[in-house]
Amino acid sequence: MSSNPTSSSPVKSTGLHTGAIKPGVAKKDPILIADHVKRQFGGLVAVDVEHVEIPRNAITALIGPNGAGKTTFFNLLTGFDTPNEGTWSFNGKSLAKVSAFKVARMGLIRTFQLTKALGLLTVMDNMKLGSTSQPGERLGASLFPFVWKKKDREIDDKAMDLLKRFKLDAKKDDFAASLSGGQRKLLEMARALMTDPELVMLDEPMAGVNPALTESLLEHILGLKKAGMTVLFVEHDMHMVRHIADWVIVMAEGRVVAEGDPHEVMKNPAVIDAYLGSHQDTDLGAVTGRITLPKLPKEK
Amino acid sequence: MDFVGILLSSLSFLLDPTTIAYALATLGLALHFGFGGLLNMGMAGFMALGAYGYAIGILYFGLPWYLAAFVGIGAAIVFALILGIPTLRLRGDYLAIVTIAAAEIVRLLLLSSAFGWFTGSADGLSGFNGPGGTVTNPHEGAGGFDQSNPIPDGTYGFVPFLDNERTWYLRIVGLSILAIAIFVVWRLVNSPWGRVIKGIREDEDAVRSLGKNVFAYKMQVLVIGGVIGALGGLMLAFSTNVNSSVYVTSLTFFLWTALLLGGAATVFGPLAGSIIFWVLQAFLGLLFPALAKAGLMPFTTIQASQVKFVIVGFALVLLVVFRPQGLFGSKKELTFVK
Repeated sequence: MSSNPTSSSPVKSTGLHTGAIKPGVAKKDPILIADHVKRQFGGLVAVDVEHVEIPRNAITALIGPNGAGKTTFFNLLTGFDTPNEGTWSFNGKSLAKVSAFKVARMGLIRTFQLTKALGLLTVMDNMKLGSTSQPGERLGASLFPFVWKKKDREIDDKAMDLLKRFKLDAKKDDFAASLSGGQRKLLEMARALMTDPELVMLDEPMAGVNPALTESLLEHILGLKKAGMTVLFVEHDMHMVRHIADWVIVMAEGRVVAEGDPHEVMKNPAVIDAYLGSHQDTDLGAVTGRITLPKLPKEK
Repeated sequence: MDFVGILLSSLSFLLDPTTIAYALATLGLALHFGFGGLLNMGMAGFMALGAYGYAIGILYFGLPWYLAAFVGIGAAIVFALILGIPTLRLRGDYLAIVTIAAAEIVRLLLLSSAFGWFTGSADGLSGFNGPGGTVTNPHEGAGGFDQSNPIPDGTYGFVPFLDNERTWYLRIVGLSILAIAIFVVWRLVNSPWGRVIKGIREDEDAVRSLGKNVFAYKMQVLVIGGVIGALGGLMLAFSTNVNSSVYVTSLTFFLWTALLLGGAATVFGPLAGSIIFWVLQAFLGLLFPALAKAGLMPFTTIQASQVKFVIVGFALVLLVVFRPQGLFGSKKELTFVK
């Protein structure tokens, strides 16, 4: 974590935006642009994003209170849900009316808030499913092993490398259902990487993961950026957001209410009111008055 | 009570054309449910279309029997597409409801006297395996399935498989079709294609997020499984007349029982399950009336012949509770709570 003196501080990307910082500010090199994206469920406006741009080859955090529309926005961007109106484009190509699987093939891969490991497939099969270039996945070709055997071995090697990186290589022949919750998160992320994505969208990658594993997940996310990918993630752990995000977008009630550098955004009174609360760095016990904290040494 | 006789006639079901037909349909169901996760409750409809398509192809379109078989297969493909296009985008349980209803629609249309001139209504269709002796057949005497039999007349084999040339020909044709179908399914489910459909069974959104066209894969599964089911129907039509009273919902449930008995997510389970199920059915169906006749059961012989269904139902409950993976399935598959 950020307080850990041994972990090297990540190199932050700066100067991502052009012009004054405000919600919907233009980026120098946006990978994803959304305009007037609106999604209503009956009378409830879940998402109403006027304009937002995601900077390329940077780590962007999407934060906001529960029910702010973060996951719905994810679903809209990745084709898992269709907005009532709006346009959005990835690498300059419009994604309106493009189905989810085609969006994924274009290089925009997402993970899910509730992890979707394919339980009764082995860890290795989970990984191999991520490959996009296996000809044997076509019905006709699947009947002739000589068409796909060689490619399958290549995919196997690639999957093994990734599994080693995510420390799941010992589990490769186990059913994914036998993995713990945290390991499933790792598997889902590793599987997403099998597709060689350009933009990885992670929905709460750290939820329910113990601190040691969080640290290794952080390293993996930073590794993605180093490898030239763009990351957009939803997260509630503000320490983590501050530590690795280059840019933060804050949503509340379906709208983008603030944007900017993580440290600046978290000082924004609107963000503190809508999301963080004014006691974000105080122990919860002290906030509720159940325990009295000893005075911190530095205050003496 | 002739116990040896009962045993021998039950054992003849090991290689009975009907058992082969049901094994084919169960294999189709295994691809649908065990591998693809599609809850198809209308397999009887696919079988009916295979059988009727074949019979109508011969009787009304005057096709040779081997081309008429493709009419049956084609009908099953069209049925799968009609079922799949509206329902495969919905959650799995909707497919179950729609398939059970669609199979009943098929059966009732075949039964309806409105199309009696075409489907034979309650009498069904007959005479299509012979040389083509029906009045409506313009190609009279062209030669049907029976005329293609190269085996000379006579009785072959040994008890309990002492049968005439026609039954042996049916067995050979049926087992060949079954062997090819099993090989194709085995090849498919052990390929990258099979990996994708098993992934869809587990969680289709996850597979979609990896860039696979889930709808197309589910449609392929529905069509291929449906065609294998239609082959089962064809097999029944090769061996006897077609009648809509065979393709009832309870047939679908028998197929499901055989599937769960053998193991849903296995290739050879459907075969083993079908054999065990229909041999046992035949055995109990003969044993109980014989016991009643001998005064060992407090029923009339007609009542006793129905007791087997009670036993089958009870066995299915026990099976699902205590061995849900079936005889051939891996226990590991069910160790985990989803």
